[in-house]
Amino acid sequence: MIRAVLSAIIAVFLPLSAMAAVDIEDVKTPGGFTAWLVEEHSIPFAAIEIRFRGGTSLDAPGKRGAVNLMTGLIEEGSGEMDSQEFAAAREALASSMRFDSGRDTLSVSFRFLTENRDASVALLKQALTDPTFSEDALERVRAQVISGIRSDATDPGEIARARFDALAWGVHPYGTPQEGSLESVSALTRDDMMAAFKAAIAKDRVYVGAVGDITPAELSVVLDTLLGDLPETGAPLPPKAVFQLPAGETAVDFDTPQAVAIFGQEGIERDDPDFFAAYILSEILGGHGVESRLTEEVRSKRGLTYGIGAYLVPMDLGALAIGQVATVAERMPETVDVVRAEWARIAEEGVTEEELEAAKLYLTGAYPLRFDGNGTIAQILVGMQMDGLPIDYIATRNDKVNAVTLAEANRVAKRIFRPAELGFVVVGPEAALSPAN
Amino acid sequence: MIRRRVAGLACVFALGAAATIPLPRSAQAAEVTSFALENGLDVVVLEDHRAPVVVQMVWYRVGAADEEPGKSGLAHFLEHLMFNGTETVPEGVFSDTVAANGGSDNAFTSQDYTAYFQRVAADRLDLMMEMEADRMVNLVIDPESVDAERQVVLEERNMRTENDPGALLAEQRGAAQYLNHPYGIPIIGWKHEIEGLTRDDALDFYRRHYAPNNATLIVAGDVTPDEVRALAEKHYGPIPANPEITERHRVTEPPQLAERRIVMEDPRVAQPVVIRTYLAPERDPGDQREAAALTLLARVLGGSGITSVLAQKLQFETQDSIYTSAFYDGTSLDATTFGVVTVPLEGMSLAEGEAALDRALAAFLEEGIDDDQLARIKTQLRASLIYREDDIDGLANSYGNALTSGLTLEDIEAWPDLLADISEDEIMAAARKVMDRRHAVTAWLSAPQGAEPEVMQ
Repeated sequence: MIRAVLSAIIAVFLPLSAMAAVDIEDVKTPGGFTAWLVEEHSIPFAAIEIRFRGGTSLDAPGKRGAVNLMTGLIEEGSGEMDSQEFAAAREALASSMRFDSGRDTLSVSFRFLTENRDASVALLKQALTDPTFSEDALERVRAQVISGIRSDATDPGEIARARFDALAWGVHPYGTPQEGSLESVSALTRDDMMAAFKAAIAKDRVYVGAVGDITPAELSVVLDTLLGDLPETGAPLPPKAVFQLPAGETAVDFDTPQAVAIFGQEGIERDDPDFFAAYILSEILGGHGVESRLTEEVRSKRGLTYGIGAYLVPMDLGALAIGQVATVAERMPETVDVVRAEWARIAEEGVTEEELEAAKLYLTGAYPLRFDGNGTIAQILVGMQMDGLPIDYIATRNDKVNAVTLAEANRVAKRIFRPAELGFVVVGPEAALSPAN
Repeated sequence: MIRRRVAGLACVFALGAAATIPLPRSAQAAEVTSFALENGLDVVVLEDHRAPVVVQMVWYRVGAADEEPGKSGLAHFLEHLMFNGTETVPEGVFSDTVAANGGSDNAFTSQDYTAYFQRVAADRLDLMMEMEADRMVNLVIDPESVDAERQVVLEERNMRTENDPGALLAEQRGAAQYLNHPYGIPIIGWKHEIEGLTRDDALDFYRRHYAPNNATLIVAGDVTPDEVRALAEKHYGPIPANPEITERHRVTEPPQLAERRIVMEDPRVAQPVVIRTYLAPERDPGDQREAAALTLLARVLGGSGITSVLAQKLQFETQDSIYTSAFYDGTSLDATTFGVVTVPLEGMSLAEGEAALDRALAAFLEEGIDDDQLARIKTQLRASLIYREDDIDGLANSYGNALTSGLTLEDIEAWPDLLADISEDEIMAAARKVMDRRHAVTAWLSAPQGAEPEVMQ
């Protein structure tokens, strides 16, 4: 009955208005770099997102955590400046430079006032080409990283994630925390930092998105200055990871009131022809638009959790279809059963026409709302390039969602949801850890 | 109707001697417009026409600190039950309708306010207002769903608090900080009191506090004030004011005469920490100067992991800490706190860590503030007025927060200039006044002695 009312309300809607045009310029610099730019001159600043493919997966054998620690040290002194002089210079310019590393990328999120562009670019160039990696800074930041590793070791969500990754990806870099272990991080040296720097930051793997108060000509100058002196090549990327998570439950005993479960199986790659169908299915099963099947069954009907989600994680070297849920220990066995049943139901029965249409409406309506803020749009632009998407992708993306038919979705549901392969990692006290069933 | 520019954007103020950059030209500011409906609903419109998106937020001037004794968590429980639906929009339909339009919606509760929002394509505002106005007075709570929702809230508490020793400590610290004021009770509620909350409790609270004359509507994005006024008149206008709504008068703190020290041990603690909070004044209408000084003090002491005073003294000059910070949020209806944190170097006791923190604070009170540092902080604050133009949602949030914490639009507009105008002497005077140990709670959090936390590799 509720669904009927909903359909009635939706039926009176007009189709969504066309989104504001996002005019992307393909900027080729004299120095040979490519950047996608959206000019937006109403506010006097610009955001530039620079990404280097590889990230923490480039750690050399035995040096887990090197790229992560190195990334933390880029802003800790370069050229003639020590940590404090560098930070003070950046503060005086009111620019921001965030350095981050992930499994597939090392990213630099750069934001500067138009009037401070040249000085800000000079400062970032210094950090990207001439970092000091002083022993003082190394020890200080190492202590911070180790503190984080210790905290993760007693956080049930982090414990679950680490165990899931280890089981899923084995000895591949995806299988260990990118921060490294207490042992590996304790052993890292300044030479390791130099090696990680050379491995991760190079011309052959850089992607750029820019949005804001800057013209193509100005951006060209900025990029040739910033990136022109980088080495041509970095370290080769590791091979694809082989998914190997065992089906059934893996229990990790940890004494805390609320148990955490991560569940999943191998996912689907971003460039797979079935990706959009799979994306819509994951939205129906565990997404954040119209109440998902998992939210309805686990939260709304049974009050088992505050939040449950499931989603696709296509990475450069492997793909996951995973979800997470937390509930008080005694109710985890029931929760696991419900998730298992839903995973099987969507595989066997597929989805309904109504569910498919509701998910499409949400996904196509939500897409234009993503494009808010210079920094956010710059990140989208760089992500599109790394995914190998065409520059006109934004205009065609919703058509790809709408093109998925019910037959196609239900064929793909059988392909990507394989209940016999579904694996759970449950972290919690004994009561949470149900006998495998 | 008052039409304004976003606070401070056009303002130009003098910097300290160390300023290294010229003044930025003023940004293309978002327009701020405000008006009130006859039924007392305050409306604020923040225009940003760069993208066809709009955010509607309704902020009620009621929060956890307005609950009756024994009913902790009720404001937040009601926030959950507000998604139960009405006669015309049954349970789940509001959120599903938002989603069907590609939007997102949610709600949040604080000590001083409860707020509901939707972010949608701009041409969906009419429908959003229709539904939000409907649930302002027509909420229907299905008795069948109350138990499950209470269980969801208990799981939320498990996730946020019971599973996190740092959050448990924060609750204990808050309770020790306030001798009389309800800010000492957690927003989500004590577990045993959440368990006792009923449907009637929620409906009573709803009828008492949810009314147009106890709310502020904020609409931000690709809209004009005239459009918003017409839609607000259409949807919220017919709802009568509740004559029972009065100014909030909460109990106040007695003089705090005794320093409080709390020690908590939990085997899940991997990283021992010392946190001290001092009772501190909040921003008051027409009287925000001391709060502005404290805001700058928090930046000076802990605003950067590298250049701020605590980092310099405890992480660079000595290696007593691996992490330090200072925090203060003056946007609060009643007295708030000023906090300092240190995570001592591995192997150092919490007593030694606290002693090092105290030495650093004492030295700071002796030495004062570096002119260059203060100038850089003010430069960044001024730049943040430009950067925040790019974040209309954040701007809407900060307006709602301030307007439901006892402040006026005039206060919000005056704030950036005040921050720019505060002198070193005022910051130091505020520091000396706030750092009174009789008003402070010092909390230690660590794993039990001898119990090396289990480390998973």
